[in-house]
Amino acid sequence: MTVSPYLPLPYRIIAVRQDTPDTATIDLQPVRAAIPEPAPGQFTMLYMLGVGEAPISVSGVPIEGAPLAQTLRGVGNVSKAIIRLQPGDEIGVRGPYGTTWPVAEADGHDVLFIAGGLGLAPLRPAIRHVLAHRDRYGRVAVLYGARTPADILYRDELVLWRRMLDVQVEVTVDRAQRAWHGAVGVVTELVSRAGFEPDRTLAMVCGPEVMMRFSVQALQGAGLPSERIYVSMERSMKCGTGLCGHCQFGAEFVCKQGAVMRYDRIASIFTVREI
Amino acid sequence: MESLESIVLAQPFFAGLEPDIAEMIAGCARNHVFEPDAYLFHEGEAAREFFLLREGDVSLEIHISGGTTIVLSTQHEGDVVGASWLIPPYRWNSDARARTRVRALGVDAECLRGKCEANPRTGYAMMKRFAPLLVRRLQAAQTQLLDVYGRADRP
Repeated sequence: MTVSPYLPLPYRIIAVRQDTPDTATIDLQPVRAAIPEPAPGQFTMLYMLGVGEAPISVSGVPIEGAPLAQTLRGVGNVSKAIIRLQPGDEIGVRGPYGTTWPVAEADGHDVLFIAGGLGLAPLRPAIRHVLAHRDRYGRVAVLYGARTPADILYRDELVLWRRMLDVQVEVTVDRAQRAWHGAVGVVTELVSRAGFEPDRTLAMVCGPEVMMRFSVQALQGAGLPSERIYVSMERSMKCGTGLCGHCQFGAEFVCKQGAVMRYDRIASIFTVREI
Repeated sequence: MESLESIVLAQPFFAGLEPDIAEMIAGCARNHVFEPDAYLFHEGEAAREFFLLREGDVSLEIHISGGTTIVLSTQHEGDVVGASWLIPPYRWNSDARARTRVRALGVDAECLRGKCEANPRTGYAMMKRFAPLLVRRLQAAQTQLLDVYGRADRP
């Protein structure tokens, strides 16, 4: 049966994990038909019956028996309503939409992931993919910045990644009290500690746009060429199919030609305020 | 035994420094060891020395009301701790506390300022290294002030 990209399919919530005080990850299972398998970097439209739809990044792809996982921060009507749901409740899911993180292009390269805040959610499937195929890649580093220690996403998984001897994981927070023993400072400060070879590195960056702008500057300053920097753009996506125009970004629609975009292709408009 | 000059030249911060200038800086430098929780300096004190971290972590901290201590940033191996020695009135504007055992190279501020005044090449070499550091820290402070993660990335 062909699944219409416009039609939300009913999914049942099978688990809810409170990641931070305002952010939760929900595990979803199709009630009947499933959407096509999302690739790392893609998003879905989650439909809360009677409230509306919101584009939400896939934070865990449904492979090898794992459920579809999506991480939301409760800020809008839709996301606030969804994170209050309980296992057994149903929502609509349509998609997946958008471009993917370049995990295939990164084959044979050193890989640098830079995530800020909730930006770790869309990057997590790409990180998991790279770690699951570790022998295909060179050095791997995950640099993550959060607002405070209480805002750190996926703590257990970060610890697991850090325990692997062939992955560099650096976490920093923008502000902390003395009880915090980790690093304090902006995520871009971690770039110089990552110890990568710019000639053979591909970087994937996800977070608020201002954080991505500074990260790109830091990467370029370290010698990484623009064509090996990928960012995930955030715009107000409504339809997910490039029809409504809400997410127009220059000549592109973020929901179709993004959200993951190669930096050199958008560099000329990346910092233009009016776009 | 490693000479102070070779220690100066080994610091990433002084990469590319000409040997005669390294010798001049080494003439103002000495080694330090700070045990965990020892203070490199306190807010309000005269900034008589700045530090290059050879090993260990340092946090720059400030006290606010209610006995709360806020960590402004952490500095790590290869980083420079302290820039107030460059700018009058030469007083620290935060505390610097060793989070781990720290080995650092301390450079006497008055000594180095005197050499910079007397030898513009040395002054320029220092300016070329400290100006980008100050700009980077200003940008970092601006980013922290923006509180970029306070807003949701997606609705």
